[in-house]
Amino acid sequence: MISEPNTSAPETPFKLPAENIAISMQHVDLLYGSKVVLSDCSIDCERSKVTTIIGLSGAGKSTILRLMNGLRRPNAGHIFVNGEDITPKTERELIEVRKRMGFAFQAAALFDSLTVFENVSYPLYEHTKLSRKEIEKKVSDTLESLGLSDVSDRLPAELSGGMQKRVGFARAIVNEPEIIFFDEPTTGLDPIMTNVITDTIKTIQERLRATSVVVMHDMPSVYAISDNISMLFEGTVIASGPAKDFRRSQNPIIQQFLQGSEIGPIPL
Amino acid sequence: MRLAALRPKPPSFPITRRFFEYAGGLALLFLDTMRYIFTLRFRPSEVVRQTYFLIVQSLPIITLTSGFTGLVISLETAVQAVQFGFSGLIGGSVAYGTVRELGPLLTGIVFAGRAGAAITAQLGSMVVTEQIEAYQSMGTSPTRVLVVPRVLACVIGMPMLTIFADVVAVYGGYYMAWLRVHLSSYTYWHSAQNMIDFTDFEKGLLKAAVFGLIVGIVAAYEGFRTEGGAEGVGRVTTQAVVTSIILIFAFNFALSFVLFR
Repeated sequence: MISEPNTSAPETPFKLPAENIAISMQHVDLLYGSKVVLSDCSIDCERSKVTTIIGLSGAGKSTILRLMNGLRRPNAGHIFVNGEDITPKTERELIEVRKRMGFAFQAAALFDSLTVFENVSYPLYEHTKLSRKEIEKKVSDTLESLGLSDVSDRLPAELSGGMQKRVGFARAIVNEPEIIFFDEPTTGLDPIMTNVITDTIKTIQERLRATSVVVMHDMPSVYAISDNISMLFEGTVIASGPAKDFRRSQNPIIQQFLQGSEIGPIPL
Repeated sequence: MRLAALRPKPPSFPITRRFFEYAGGLALLFLDTMRYIFTLRFRPSEVVRQTYFLIVQSLPIITLTSGFTGLVISLETAVQAVQFGFSGLIGGSVAYGTVRELGPLLTGIVFAGRAGAAITAQLGSMVVTEQIEAYQSMGTSPTRVLVVPRVLACVIGMPMLTIFADVVAVYGGYYMAWLRVHLSSYTYWHSAQNMIDFTDFEKGLLKAAVFGLIVGIVAAYEGFRTEGGAEGVGRVTTQAVVTSIILIFAFNFALSFVLFR
């Protein structure tokens, strides 16, 4: 729970991000013990756009989301959120940053002792001064927009995997955050539910116009939701760009990844 | 070159370092918990719920252990005491040993095994299923919402359980004295009243509250340290019980030394 402070981080150069960049990760290094997870990793996420991070399993994609949320601290480098460097912030200061963010976890991470309604209303009770009636309205509107209006009294264990993910989305967006993180939202789902989740993310994006950062493997879904795509390989971002240009990339690593081929520069 | 500079050097004294990291982590969690308690940033309803849950969970096993403890002290002393003409000391010896030492100590050990293990396993499972990160990602301190109510429940619950354990043990002692040497009720209770006073009882409860604090903080800290899946939860749960029991014995000695001089 207690993440290591950035005390011994060597000074790395940084520049203040442009106005249209909501999140800017600059020259980030991250180690788990002696294992290098990220090395000189830089990525910019445009405001009100969907940026999707793709890459091999275990490449550190989910870790990037946790770094952007302040759940992990880098060993070196800088992370700017809305123009503010969050790397030197204390845990208490990060709480204020996180209040403006929503995080949809890979396994939903719903509080298993609380009902769907209690899960979704939790951020509102914690961080707003809304009345109970206003909270009830907001939660039921959010659940309805995600097709979950009839499950509010159920416990997470009573829901299917796809439904749990959507409840996780509802909890992440209920207080209308400026930034939303989606950690592998379609992993482990059947093709129909994958489409449902993809459509849900599109609906959320159209409704909130938030800055969304998505980690995903499923390429049709990636093309369907993304404005920008970044590819992570061996701890660093090797290419970033608009989604429409990405599939035309000449980079052999990207081509091998997109085609799912065993032959190419990516070591198996 | 950049990464070579980043890679940490192996620590010079790994065991010493690990000990201080652990002690420091416990101290930081303790301070964080106290900050939230003294600024009243917790839900009283959750404290009541946790206290009820932990007391109810531990009550049957504490009844058994304290009852048998009272029985065995009386069993060991009753016959000898009567033989040497000290029957007037049986009630006092049971009450003295129970209220000052064995009541809080045994309750603490049983509480660590029952309630402490439950807290660690619950928080550990929440770590594994990313629920703790979910709290953090929403800008909520897991210490405030999860640790504070449990630690307060332990601090409140332990003295309550100790009172219960003291009563059961002393009554158990009386029953055994009556059974073995037909000691009269007046002799037993008069001896008990003469040997202990209310401050002994109070000091025993103070010890119990400290043991509750130890169990709560250690259990929560170990729960948050969980890594891996079910195996990790099992490992930290065992570790929490072992560490709590060691600390309870150490603090029992220190508190007895300070309080009963």
